[in-house]
Amino acid sequence: MIRLVGVSKVYASGDRPAVDGLSLDVAEGDIAVLVGPSGCGKTTTLKMINRLIEPSSGTIEVAGRDITSMSPSQLRRSIGYVIQQIGLFPHRTIAENIATVPRLLGWNAGRISRRVDELLEMVDLDLAMRTRYPAELSGGQRQRVGVARALAADPQVMLMDEPFGAVDPIARGRLQDLFLELQQRLRKTIVFVTHDIAEAIRLGDRIAILNVGGILEQYDTPADTLRQPANDFVVDFLGSERGLKRLSLLVIGTVPLEHGPVLAETATVDEARRVMADHGVDWIGVGGDGRLDGWVPAADLDGRHDLSGLSLRRFQSWLTVDASLIDALDVVVTSRTSVAAVFDGDRYLGMLTAEAIARAIVQ
Amino acid sequence: MNIDWEWIGTHFDDMWTATAEHLALTVLAVGVGLVVAMALSLVALRWRPAYAPITWFTGILYTIPSLALFTFFIPFFGLSLITAEIALVSYTLLILIRNIVAGIEGVPDAVVESARGMGMTERNLFLGVQLPLALPVIIAGIRIATVSTIGLVTVTALIGQGGYGVFILRGIRRQFFTETLTGTLLSVALAVVADLLLVAAERRATPWARRREAV
Ligand SMILES: Nc1ncnc2c1ncn2[C@@H]1O[C@H](COP(=O)(O)OP(=O)(O)O)[C@@H](O)[C@H]1O
Ligand SMILES: [Mg+2]
Repeated sequence: MIRLVGVSKVYASGDRPAVDGLSLDVAEGDIAVLVGPSGCGKTTTLKMINRLIEPSSGTIEVAGRDITSMSPSQLRRSIGYVIQQIGLFPHRTIAENIATVPRLLGWNAGRISRRVDELLEMVDLDLAMRTRYPAELSGGQRQRVGVARALAADPQVMLMDEPFGAVDPIARGRLQDLFLELQQRLRKTIVFVTHDIAEAIRLGDRIAILNVGGILEQYDTPADTLRQPANDFVVDFLGSERGLKRLSLLVIGTVPLEHGPVLAETATVDEARRVMADHGVDWIGVGGDGRLDGWVPAADLDGRHDLSGLSLRRFQSWLTVDASLIDALDVVVTSRTSVAAVFDGDRYLGMLTAEAIARAIVQ
Repeated sequence: MNIDWEWIGTHFDDMWTATAEHLALTVLAVGVGLVVAMALSLVALRWRPAYAPITWFTGILYTIPSLALFTFFIPFFGLSLITAEIALVSYTLLILIRNIVAGIEGVPDAVVESARGMGMTERNLFLGVQLPLALPVIIAGIRIATVSTIGLVTVTALIGQGGYGVFILRGIRRQFFTETLTGTLLSVALAVVADLLLVAAERRATPWARRREAV
């Protein structure tokens, strides 16, 4: 969808290239994150894609067309653009800001108005915001307007330059969630710039790690980058806790679960003692048929014949199948039973152990 | 020095006529000044090296005494409106150009970048974004230009173009204090009223700035 071939940029005032022979392919519907230290040419690369900066050499294609075959303004109206400082128009209301590109494209008033409502809803903003001015909004709200404005004419391609860099960490987390949720629905082709490797890993389908001078060190999925960094620069840039960062990318569904020490109500206490011994635990779970009703400590079984009629304790440590392994690890190590029960909705799937997570890291 | 109330009471018609003349001379000067200043500012904004010579030239114009400037053009245009206006317009240029350029350049880079990034043409950008956002600074320039032009117009009476200067000059010639004072006070009053009207116009033209103050 976006293809850079041997793109270089040498600024008139610079002695060395800001971007040097960069080739990059971004598949349709993917988020490609450009990440790297300050001054490595991320912004320059992004701005060459919408011709705010003209490359010194190389070619860039968007949707199969050489971008120099269109006028810059025509090209830019077909590409959403979001920058860190947002650049909302202070003299225009939120609705007018969002309507910028549709107005340039000559949509009629009714269509624009409907689209503005739709977009405000999409980015979780109150319709009462329509008539406000940007100065009356919080930083997080302004950034949402920035995203809505970029999406206004439903462009296939979006360019985003550190869009969440200026907001506080909590607002940033929410914006990232919103962004991923929107992307699930909209499937835009996105080039996203950040200097924050954690953000890159969280958001990217692929991450391009750039070095100073605009040199591409590695272009891979986040999981593959973490598993097989191409060189020392990438290792350094990924920083510590590489294994843990990988865990944040994997979900429980990818790890084999154990049935665990769980028996039906009708099982005898003798059976239960045997199962507990097999698993090396001092408690037994009760359930069956995709149910997990609770657990009891071994001591509660004294003087009983089977597992019926016990007062069961609820599992405090349970997870849903789409949770990340990093969350799972947290639950497992803090749980009384050292395992976490995994559910898909109400259905019990099995037990996750610390060993299973450890195996997933080294895999 | 006594004030001759009877003279004042019998000259309201003259005062109205002078007010209309004074206002017309001022509006014409500031209006033409604005057009010329906008054109020169556009040149300077498009091609930055032009800015220094433009401000240098208009700065020199600003320092020439008004009497000298009138005198210089009288051989070409006589005691005419054109002579008067050439001088008056010249004095507005420096302040207007400075404020137009400062206003446009004061628009945040991020706003300009996002406007271009969304596919606005240079014309969309200038008329739809830069000019409205520069308005407070430009109107501040227009206020100064207007107030100082109102003061200067009293001198155009010398070349027979009417206005409050007629009272002032005649009062001096006839050593009739009441008439000179009337012309002076009317000129000051007109300047104050014009300034207040322009402040009101600025507030109307920039609702977003007002709303921000309220927050
Ligand atoms: N307009 C410019 N003129 C000259 N040099 C520039 C310009 N913009 C960026 N550079 C230089 O190009 C390099 C890359 O800059 P940039 O693309 O902004 O990096 P990043 O976004 O990764 O921080 C830097 O060394 C920077 O100083
Ligand atoms: Mg940058």
